[in-house]
Amino acid sequence: MHNVIARGLTLAGFAVSLLMLPVGASASEDWGKYESGDRRSGYTYAAKETRAMQDDEFANPASIWQDQGESLWSVVDGEAGKSCQSCHDDAADTMKGVGTAYPKYDFQTKKLINVEQRINRCRKENMKAKTWKFDSSQMLGMTIYVRGQSRGLPMNVAIDGHAAPFYEKGKNFFNQRRGQLDMSCKNCHEDNAGNLARANLLSEGQGNGFPTYRLKWQKPGSLHRRFRGCNKNVRAKPYKSGSDEYTNLELYVAWRGRGLPVEAPAVRN
Amino acid sequence: MAKAKARVKAPKKVKKGEVFEVKTLISHKMESGQRKDKKTGKKIPQMIINKFVCSYNGKEIFTSNWHGAISANPYMAFYVKAKDSGSLDMTWTDDSGAVFKKSAKVSVT
Amino acid sequence: MVRKIEMQPVNRREVMKFVGVGAVTGIVASLLPSLAQADAAMTAAAIKKVAGGKTPASGRITLELPQIAENGNTVPIGFEVDSPMTDSNYVKTVHIFAEKNPNPEVGSFHFTPGCGKAKASTRMRMAKTQNIVAVAEMSDGSVYMAKSEVKVTIGGCGG
Repeated sequence: MHNVIARGLTLAGFAVSLLMLPVGASASEDWGKYESGDRRSGYTYAAKETRAMQDDEFANPASIWQDQGESLWSVVDGEAGKSCQSCHDDAADTMKGVGTAYPKYDFQTKKLINVEQRINRCRKENMKAKTWKFDSSQMLGMTIYVRGQSRGLPMNVAIDGHAAPFYEKGKNFFNQRRGQLDMSCKNCHEDNAGNLARANLLSEGQGNGFPTYRLKWQKPGSLHRRFRGCNKNVRAKPYKSGSDEYTNLELYVAWRGRGLPVEAPAVRN
Repeated sequence: MAKAKARVKAPKKVKKGEVFEVKTLISHKMESGQRKDKKTGKKIPQMIINKFVCSYNGKEIFTSNWHGAISANPYMAFYVKAKDSGSLDMTWTDDSGAVFKKSAKVSVT
Repeated sequence: MVRKIEMQPVNRREVMKFVGVGAVTGIVASLLPSLAQADAAMTAAAIKKVAGGKTPASGRITLELPQIAENGNTVPIGFEVDSPMTDSNYVKTVHIFAEKNPNPEVGSFHFTPGCGKAKASTRMRMAKTQNIVAVAEMSDGSVYMAKSEVKVTIGGCGG
């Protein structure tokens, strides 16, 4: 009787330990909040010195843009004589959670709206001010500042209800082969995450750290900028930053990263 | 050209004789002079911050000369021994002669 | 019209065939020099100059560098020179050289006794795998040197 139980327990224990064996490049690490389910943040694929640059709130190279966003928050701009602060008060209260929930379905335009587009909408309609270009230093600064208020909170976008058809479009984009190299996002970021493309370690292509300071760019950049670069890499014609295609893709990418913490501004290669 | 933005971090209160770290960060392209213009094939001229000075109550305490190999958005951290309360003044100078300044106050007990 | 390509796992040679053109374009646009490169002789001459002709001794300098740089354009470097940093015995200057950069000089860092510690950190650009050399000039005229190799890889995809 004892032997059977003992054997059963050993087998069960063995099975459980198998389940707990993580698979992938950094198999032995416990990434804590930087992983959720079977998903890992790009943070876990970066070198330790790069991670240190992100973790040091002062020395994070994107922090300068964040400072700019913070100072712009209270600057009056446009014919309506308002600043962001006039309506939204203290960003630490009013903008908390924003970084986890966008892009969202927008009832006014009847399509998705992301943080950058939301900022421009406020500027145009409420402040009667000029809109900012995607990836301009003001837009980057403000997006980092706004998303940054959710730093550490888990990504949690809605893909049901009105958002559902746009989620589907984003999902199709992700899985569709394109360009001369005839590759899809999935080919690298799902089929080969953790493998090398020449000397680059392929990540899962999560978006939770954007806007991100990319060492390659020597400045922060938006997720749409990253999409453009990736599309160019497979010799596909990129879409415009702020386009419907990329905003839909952004929703799908945000859903893929559900549970991962907002890291804006992250530091990546 | 956009104005450079800088950050300085130093502890606000220190004890006399304590050695504390000062961290600085400034946004600057640090054009090394090695890159080539994709269209013309010509080298893009050098435009870097070439000197960094930290003064403690008016006296130069740590200075450095930078070359094109210092990364964009340069980070510089160093140490200072607490003497008297006052001001730590950072000055960055680039090849065009532009000067950027940022200070931090320190209170020594 | 859709060509099916089997890609699994990614074979480096396969990817190199595909992304070869893209990578070359990428390199031209990056900081990597096309021709000029410092060599060991140039760097040795630069070091000799700051050492005032003396042969630097080894020791006293600790260099903090990654073994492999994630990206050659932003490599964190830290250094510390063992010294009491008193008025009569302190570190005057630390010179940092990158042996194989187009210009081997990275920066010179001038300390005073008021620093309390001859310790500093910054971020630098490295054109390729090479030694980083630190040369410390002391107030008593002595000179010390330390070096450490950092590997720099050329990226693959980047966007």
